[in-house]
Amino acid sequence: MIEIKELHKSYKMGANSLHVLKGLNFSIKEGELVAIMGSSGSGKSTLLNILGMLDEADSGEYTLDGVPIKNLNETKAAKYRNKFLGFVFQSFNLINYKSALENVALPLYYQKVPRKQREEKALKYLEQVGLKEWAEHLPNELSGGQKQRVAIARAMAAEPKVLLADEPTGALDSKTSYEVMDLIQKINDQGNTILVVTHEEDIAHMCKRIVHLKDGVIVEDKKVEQVRASQYV
Amino acid sequence: MFSRDNWKEIFETIQKNKLRTFLSGFTVALGILIFVVLFGFGNGLINTFDDFFSDDATNVFMVFTGRTTMPYKGYKANRNIEFDNSDIADIEKNFPLFLEYISPRIVRQDTVAYKNESNNYSIYAVAPSHQFSEMTIMMKGRYLDVLDIKNKTKNAVIGRLVEQDLFGGRNAVGKYIDIGGSSFKVIGVFQDDGGDREERNIFIPYTTRQLIERNTDKIDAIVIGFKPQIGYAGAMAFEKSLDKFIREKKYINPQDQNGIFIRNVADQLRQNQQFARVLQIIVAFVAFGTIIAGIIGISNIMVFVVKERTKELGIRKALGATPRAVIGTILLESVFITTVSGFVGMLIGIVILGSIDEKLEDFFITNPYIDIPMAIFATIVLIIFGAIAGYVPARRAARIKPIVALRDE
Repeated sequence: MIEIKELHKSYKMGANSLHVLKGLNFSIKEGELVAIMGSSGSGKSTLLNILGMLDEADSGEYTLDGVPIKNLNETKAAKYRNKFLGFVFQSFNLINYKSALENVALPLYYQKVPRKQREEKALKYLEQVGLKEWAEHLPNELSGGQKQRVAIARAMAAEPKVLLADEPTGALDSKTSYEVMDLIQKINDQGNTILVVTHEEDIAHMCKRIVHLKDGVIVEDKKVEQVRASQYV
Repeated sequence: MFSRDNWKEIFETIQKNKLRTFLSGFTVALGILIFVVLFGFGNGLINTFDDFFSDDATNVFMVFTGRTTMPYKGYKANRNIEFDNSDIADIEKNFPLFLEYISPRIVRQDTVAYKNESNNYSIYAVAPSHQFSEMTIMMKGRYLDVLDIKNKTKNAVIGRLVEQDLFGGRNAVGKYIDIGGSSFKVIGVFQDDGGDREERNIFIPYTTRQLIERNTDKIDAIVIGFKPQIGYAGAMAFEKSLDKFIREKKYINPQDQNGIFIRNVADQLRQNQQFARVLQIIVAFVAFGTIIAGIIGISNIMVFVVKERTKELGIRKALGATPRAVIGTILLESVFITTVSGFVGMLIGIVILGSIDEKLEDFFITNPYIDIPMAIFATIVLIIFGAIAGYVPARRAARIKPIVALRDE
């Protein structure tokens, strides 16, 4: 599903440049649930942004579902993002004047799905995350965990190839975190490929594979025994 | 870009951001409103100036006499100058190229009575051609004619309001009225656009007046109508040579400010119109300033709107909005608000102008109006500039990388 070869990225900070990613190589197969771990400054968010086409690598190859991702202009990147990727952010990033349902339906709007179908589909995904009754509520009427579940429903609504989650539990308490992870595990059980960036050990162990980043290189890449989040809920 | 879905998205955004919508809409509506009203006032000003003169012909000189203040050719100062019938004949003889008509004018205040009704009126003793200079409109009967002058008839033409005052609405033509002790036959009733005062005048033959006043041949003033085709420059030249001619005939010092006076209606009209035009230009300048202020206002709001929405636009981009879609959303929203509120402002302005009508006549504003194409043009200008003002920040927002926009807390 995802293929990365010799990925480099550096940021210019005034006169000197900061080398963040120093030649990463790895691949993710369909249906995997991968945690990318590392302390802050290890380059894990940068990697996620490149994978999410929110940022571009300086050199190296990146193939997503057999499509080489390079030399993207803004329009093309937007289309690929819409087609291939679903995003879940630490700060939820819901549009605050739109209801939960409208938020979930938004990626479908950009896929030019007709309104009726959009709402049906959005409602279906809201039901999956258990928030059907909250469809008409605005984000500020929802709790943190509910917001993140809406965000997950929104990411899933476009039926992406890969779900990218950047610290999805970073703003939540541990009980809510486990609920969110339970949801992510269930989505993974249905065969979806998911990448989770986290710095929390317990969250990482709820994935099936952990990639450890340190100072811009992969120091460890191991399969782990998945801890089911449902037992804590 | 213009699908129903897009419009729905825009309406939802507008509905849910009422303050933002109101602010930008208000700026635009107010700009157009003030523009329309000011521009209308400018036109009202012009109307007032035009009205001052519209009831009289503009190709007219009035020549009055006075007392000299300078000695000249052996004549002492402080001499009373008077016209008589020979002056009329002389002017006719000397200026055939310029002259269209000429009429003496002798004005007296007299008591006029019919049966038990009586009142004071201005009695104008004139020649038949006086009708052209005053633009007197006959309602019934006839005006004075050459035979009236020749035979010194006791015929009178009375104003509409004189008939109303004395006859209480009954037909006055053919009846006899008493003017200053002499009996006159009413031969016609006239109206005049110059207003009530002018419709309370009475015209009689000047020869009759001279006969009443001990068969004198004196005249108060001379009304001269010149040929319109001689134009403004021709009129000025005519005025100059007429002035010279009269001064020579009456021995008046060319430097004497008194003695005779020529009132040139065309020149006054022109000066007044120029004054009104200058005023209108100033008003139009202020009005366009308002439009520019409106454009600046909407630009500011658009910059603010885009700034406020940076994060939202980042989210939209992460979810697959293309730069075009982002620009389209902002632009369509801005154009929509500007168009609606622009036309609302325009309509309110036009309604205000319509309701003012004649209420501000005391302030020299009569029937203020704005040409509809002009109002629409101004509105469209504002819409176009509103769109440009929205496009610049929208394009910048569309270029921001979503990752940067999302970091914007």
